[in-house]
Amino acid sequence: MMKKIFTRPKALTDAAFHYCPGCTHGIIHRLVAEVIDELGAADNTVGVCPVGCAVFAYNYFNVDMFQASHGRAPAVATGIKRALPDRLVFTYQGDGDLASIGTAEIVHAAARGEKFTTIFVNNAVYGMTGGQMAPTTLLGQKTTTTPKGRDKDNNGYPVKVAEMLSTLDGAAYVARVSVHNPTHVNKAKKVIKKAFEVQIKGLGFALVEVLSSCPTNWGMAPNEALKWLEDNMIPFYPLGVYKEPAEVK
Amino acid sequence: MARVTFREERCKGCELCIAVCPENIIILADHINAMGFHPATVVEQEKCKGCAMCARMCPDLVIEVEREVAGCE
Repeated sequence: MMKKIFTRPKALTDAAFHYCPGCTHGIIHRLVAEVIDELGAADNTVGVCPVGCAVFAYNYFNVDMFQASHGRAPAVATGIKRALPDRLVFTYQGDGDLASIGTAEIVHAAARGEKFTTIFVNNAVYGMTGGQMAPTTLLGQKTTTTPKGRDKDNNGYPVKVAEMLSTLDGAAYVARVSVHNPTHVNKAKKVIKKAFEVQIKGLGFALVEVLSSCPTNWGMAPNEALKWLEDNMIPFYPLGVYKEPAEVK
Repeated sequence: MARVTFREERCKGCELCIAVCPENIIILADHINAMGFHPATVVEQEKCKGCAMCARMCPDLVIEVEREVAGCE
């Protein structure tokens, strides 16, 4: 008997993604949706979209969705979770949104130990606005605003969000994963699931940083971009679980 | 026995599936779809083991995988 072993998760609508060819947002959307399905939580989940390439994520997730002002998804999620504590609440944010204009919101949401989950997609560049330097852009990386490569004297150093937030007592679960090959995609899903379980158990704030590619703004073919991610981003942004409560180990 | 199905109208021809297929049976078709991309398609379907690595890497959920399972329902 033939059985479907891989199909579209129910927590995604049938809408076609608007993302560029080879953009890993689609993979990460799928992982989040599969986790929501596995937790049987689709009817009870509220997601908060960022400003950035993922701004239209409310068209894609088949759950209640909210679209926040730039960087403010953690503040909105705080309100939703406090008003409706039985809901599964998550924010889905890129690096321009979370690590730049939204730094205050994410740091304080983590410090307060707000009981929601953040999926932080780090592709080291501003995607939607056309490839400008982001806080997470690597030293030496060329962007439209650093045409000779990011220079530490002129542009400062990249921000390591997972490491930074893991120092806060309110952050219960902080991890960094990547989606550059099928093995890491599977690992990323397990970590995302754990971040949702931390929320269900009421243990505190949970964040998963997902290293992602931007073939369009990096100026690379999609497979070349995944290789670049592996060779350049992972050495600077080491993968792993930075903080994990004993209850979910 | 396994079968992969490509929803060609959704494919953007990014080739992530092609790079991970252990059997090297995925190619980009000669024709273009309505979006103007050469969609990925499978040749030698009978070689497919149903590992679903292509589907796991597809950012646009173009690929469905079916596999023969033992027993009956």
